[in-house]
Amino acid sequence: MATATMALELPELTRDDLSRYSRHLILPEVGEEGQRKLKAARVLCVGTGGLGSPLALYLAAAGVGTLGLVDFDVVDESNLQRQIIHSTADIGRKKLDSAAEKLEALNPELNVVKHDTLLSSANALDILKDYDVIADGTDNFPTRYLVNDACVLLGKPNAYGSIFRFEGQASVFAAENGPCYRCLYPEPPPPGLVPSCAEGGVLGILPGLVGVIQATETIKLILGIGSPLIGRLLLVDALNMRFRELKLRRNPECPVCGDHPTVTRLIDYQQFCGIAPAAKEEIAVKNGIPQMSVTELKRRLDAGDDLFILDVREPFEYQIANIGGTLIPQGQVPHRLNEIDRDREIVVQCKSGGRSQRIAEFLQQEGYPKVTNLAGGILAWSNEVDPSVPKY
Amino acid sequence: MTIYIPTPLRAFAGGKDTLEVHAGTVSGALDELTEVFPDLRKHLFTGEGKLRAFVNVYLNDEDVRYLPAKEATAVSAADTLSIVPSIAGGV
Repeated sequence: MATATMALELPELTRDDLSRYSRHLILPEVGEEGQRKLKAARVLCVGTGGLGSPLALYLAAAGVGTLGLVDFDVVDESNLQRQIIHSTADIGRKKLDSAAEKLEALNPELNVVKHDTLLSSANALDILKDYDVIADGTDNFPTRYLVNDACVLLGKPNAYGSIFRFEGQASVFAAENGPCYRCLYPEPPPPGLVPSCAEGGVLGILPGLVGVIQATETIKLILGIGSPLIGRLLLVDALNMRFRELKLRRNPECPVCGDHPTVTRLIDYQQFCGIAPAAKEEIAVKNGIPQMSVTELKRRLDAGDDLFILDVREPFEYQIANIGGTLIPQGQVPHRLNEIDRDREIVVQCKSGGRSQRIAEFLQQEGYPKVTNLAGGILAWSNEVDPSVPKY
Repeated sequence: MTIYIPTPLRAFAGGKDTLEVHAGTVSGALDELTEVFPDLRKHLFTGEGKLRAFVNVYLNDEDVRYLPAKEATAVSAADTLSIVPSIAGGV
């Protein structure tokens, strides 16, 4: 990686660089050689969302020469509460274009490489191989394991951060002799058990806090200074503002970085995380629960079919947006079964389809004969049926 | 000793972020925790009573899996037990 590059091969600093980075240059730990290392460095930010926003902005400001960005999403209004690289005028634009514009405005010398794709087993090695440090700011378990395994296979350090509600985790995985993500979490949780930020919420400031920790670790790795978070897991509790640190060890039995690895190439991470492949029949029934699309629900309602729409979100969510369902928050469903008519066809609905799936499974266990889950929830309804229903 | 309950599991622990217990071992402390909050049990343990692979338990800053006596390790009032589940959020 960059730290191994001989000083002679490092790019020279221009007169503009000397004034722009003067506060770095007077730090003995950075100095001119360190700034030249930053200029030579190539960092890949996987995701330009909550974590990726502060991460990319600070790396661009610090003088990292090349920043790769991987994203395929577009800016949504609900992103702006935390994804500070995007602004209100960017709603509907590709996150890549919006982010690249801000980064280039901040530092015109920066070389931004846009990877307009969903990172997958087919393209990950090819994309990651050109970078010195990978900063994982994605939002789902399959991509977390994909990035980890690709980093281990390529020998690239991974500045890792993840967040949920008020809580964050950060570490540096896959560094030489250090543990990897799989040493910490050999297996992913079953789908649906750990809610995503879209379902569970996240304090908007928290990705700033954690993303800047990732940026700090990235800079330290490039400069080869300080004690990186290798073999340590930093836990951030924003509500109590408590930082704790746990020891991580490389697991000799680890299937990817252990002494006798069994994972020697990228695998199917959707399958590894228990997420059914996107075959039609398998989408239509999940864990024994038929899945209804929002367009199908619209068609059935327009046709006058008798459906009981059970909205299992919280009252404050219902106030923001609803599609006329009967509100019984998920936690109250077990105590309010008498309000749910067993003889009617029940369509369970939530924000994006996760909570409602679990309640649908619960109702089926309780003997309800006709229960379906509204796939994609009220977000899909707003996207595909009625855009006047607010998204949150 | 103090047990730290992480955000994703607080919904099954009456919203609490810590619990004080008076157990003598790690497994005793987890038993006490799941007696107070029975809903936590299925999130921490498999049907056979083993800790789930995606849940890490740390005694102070050490992973219980790497302690010589593992879950039978003795604990004192000053120790902390942290449950660290995987979270994936980031965007």
